Amino acid sequence: MTKKFVRVKDWFPPGHVRTPYFLRGKIGMIERQLGAFENPEQRAYRQKADKLQLLRVRFTMAEIWGKNAEIPTDTLDAEIYEHWLEPIDAT
Amino acid sequence: MPHDDNDHFSPSGHPYQPDQDHPLTKWQAMEIAMRELMVEKGILTRKEITETVEAMDSRSPADGAKVVARAWSDSDYKARLLADGSAAINEMGFHADAMRLVVLENTPTEHNVVVCTLCSCYPRNLLGLPPDWYKQRAYRSRVVKNPRAVLSEFGLILPAKTRVRVHDSTADMRYLVLPTRPKGTDGMNETALATLVNRDSMIGVAQASDPK
Repeated sequence: MTKKFVRVKDWFPPGHVRTPYFLRGKIGMIERQLGAFENPEQRAYRQKADKLQLLRVRFTMAEIWGKNAEIPTDTLDAEIYEHWLEPIDAT
Repeated sequence: MPHDDNDHFSPSGHPYQPDQDHPLTKWQAMEIAMRELMVEKGILTRKEITETVEAMDSRSPADGAKVVARAWSDSDYKARLLADGSAAINEMGFHADAMRLVVLENTPTEHNVVVCTLCSCYPRNLLGLPPDWYKQRAYRSRVVKNPRAVLSEFGLILPAKTRVRVHDSTADMRYLVLPTRPKGTDGMNETALATLVNRDSMIGVAQASDPK
């Protein structure tokens, strides 16, 4: 499988959101696809929840923290729902 | 006399813990009200509530340790556990409930550590209730930025060439770290191996214990 890179949207919507603040706008690699899960942004308010693809995205510490990274090549993985991700061209 | 103020210190010299004389918070009152209503309406009995609390309290890292010991002893099981954690723990009679279990294998070149930055997601079905530090802001905010500094405070100092992978439980997965099998454990059976698997090694802030 080729490495697929994505960017977390730089959104700051109100309400119950499970995309960590510190990852917004950051670029990562899809580590694995997890299947479809109910959107917690709707479920939190007892709304009928859409099933969305959930992906594990791997970020380097350099990408998240820049020059303040402890070791730039260490990584952080997080689960992000598809509507928070936008594809980017691998450069 | 170590202390002169007898009102605030016990005879051993330690301060008395204050009594909890403050009124209930809104959510404490709401919890009691909901519980009483459900009992009154016959939805739950008090016995069922007590039994559920006891069942939650009785879960412990011993179950996770059995899973790790089996993976150390049986390479086919380890492969199944890494491919589909939920299915593999079902084989042993454990259940991941609504959540999906992902197992992360430590190797000499890769070390995994788990956090929930948003709250306190934790594989309770395998490890019981999370330790207090796991829920505190200090751990949650620091381990994603300075994982090596945090691990060193737990006494775990990793070589720079070991890749540290932090895993943030942000959604529907729960994570169990499969620690590396300690040296000198070659003839040990699963029961003996499980005694080496401590809770912190399955969160990723420690290694499994060395055999005595």
